[in-house]
Amino acid sequence: MSASVRIPTILRTYTGGQAEVPAEGATLAEVIESLEKNHAGISARVLDDTGKLRRFVNVYVNDDDVRFSEGLSTVVPDGASVSIIPAVAGG
Amino acid sequence: MGKVPIPSCDATRGVRKMRRKGLAIMAVHTADPTHPTDETVPPGSADSPLDGAFGPAAALSCRECGTRFPLSPIFACQECFGPLEVAYDLPTGDPEGLRKQIEAGPASIWRYAPLLPVPADVATQRNLHPGWTKLVKADNLARELGITGGLHVKDDSGNPTHSFKDRVVAIALEAARTFGLTTLSCSSTGNLAGAVGAAAARAGFRSCVFIPHDLESAKVVMAAVYGGELVAIEGSYDDVNRFCSELIGDPVGEGWGFVNVNLRPYYGEGSKTLAYEIAEQLGWRLPDNLVIPIASGSQLTKIDKGLRELIALGLVEDKPYKIFGAQAEGCSPVSAAFKAGHDVVRPVKPDTIAKSLAIGNPADGPYVLDIARRTGGAVEDVTDEQIVDAITLLARTEGIFAETAGGVTVGVLRKLIETGQLDPATETVVLNTGDGLKTLNAVEATARPTATIRPTLAAFREAGLA
Repeated sequence: MSASVRIPTILRTYTGGQAEVPAEGATLAEVIESLEKNHAGISARVLDDTGKLRRFVNVYVNDDDVRFSEGLSTVVPDGASVSIIPAVAGG
Repeated sequence: MGKVPIPSCDATRGVRKMRRKGLAIMAVHTADPTHPTDETVPPGSADSPLDGAFGPAAALSCRECGTRFPLSPIFACQECFGPLEVAYDLPTGDPEGLRKQIEAGPASIWRYAPLLPVPADVATQRNLHPGWTKLVKADNLARELGITGGLHVKDDSGNPTHSFKDRVVAIALEAARTFGLTTLSCSSTGNLAGAVGAAAARAGFRSCVFIPHDLESAKVVMAAVYGGELVAIEGSYDDVNRFCSELIGDPVGEGWGFVNVNLRPYYGEGSKTLAYEIAEQLGWRLPDNLVIPIASGSQLTKIDKGLRELIALGLVEDKPYKIFGAQAEGCSPVSAAFKAGHDVVRPVKPDTIAKSLAIGNPADGPYVLDIARRTGGAVEDVTDEQIVDAITLLARTEGIFAETAGGVTVGVLRKLIETGQLDPATETVVLNTGDGLKTLNAVEATARPTATIRPTLAAFREAGLA
């Protein structure tokens, strides 16, 4: 199962400047593990010390915020687009 | 829809050349996430290339982990994704002198320039110069609500585009100017889009703003009339926000100043001026309670920051105050988390007439929870029906026509008193953050002519009005 992951600007030093990279995995947790294999250090930026998603990171699988579904256990369908985005405030 | 202009990052803006050069230097420092603090140039130092462009601001600081970064157009911590906020070297030591300086300043937020990330000559720039709105002593409303300790309405509908958003945009605009950005943008629930369009027009910037497609017609008109690009996105505000976050990481967004994304640390500081004005207008003292609306939670968080600065500077007496957050039931993720005792916020899909507060995934929600609990306040929510009732109550008692967000704060104030969460014998300030003309739909069913008659006295008598 492979997915395409959109990388935010502040993590692109780990991907050699690439804004979008491929990753393998059937769940979001596996996709992040796969990212870590190819881009060492990136996982610790997205997950906190206890292995949970950091509270100011939003992750979308296709168009859905994973906090509305199963968080790190969210299923990532083959060919899915995963976006990692810093939380921003609005108005 | 017209073609969106893409500004060149290389645009040189005459007198701002020095500052642009400073930005280029900082960009090198901030590009390496592994050593974000090692080579930080303190912008306040004698050889700083920013030469006073940010006044007393010293750095950007992560609210989560405290890591500091040079002042630049970034918004998320490279260590932990936490939000960055402006850290200051504030002018301590002579509160009496500072108070006099402020009182002699312009009738706008720029009277507080010594406490904001702006140059000392900011009042001479092309800017909407918002703020210094009325603090209305609301004795009639107090009587209706059973408040005996005093009640004021901070009425921010008096700003140039009729909402508090002019405050935050004014500061983001100055940051954009300093960073050499030429297009102003934002994701917006409506009020911000209008404030950005107007500020850009005044300052000679291009603007391109993004809104959800289903906003109130008045807000769409107000966002479009200033002549910039207005893009309606098929989705909720949270979808718009996400789109803007992706745009800013893409080459298409290069050189854009998104007031509430990459300029957010500066933008947020504008809300501090609400705290400063309330304290000054009360005669340099703090109220016991403040009732503040929550959308993203940024405004409430920055008002608290402003109040703490006033105390730290010795401008007001150090006394306890309680901060109460107000949401609409149809979008109440922070209120729900407060009541459940949680310290994180679970996002929701908004469904309320209070569209300016309809942010289902509020970025500053965790900080709002911290502040409400720290100060002994609360977070409460009201139904759409209670919002409409509160709008008419405020209009009827004080002659202030609030938009739905003002109905939320007044409605929540009433509920807090009824449920014993707010002591009516203490002094309260409730915020109205926008003009009722922006959300006419909310009250048009009830705000109708009393009678429609022929132009005769007989008809007037017949209608029972004589």
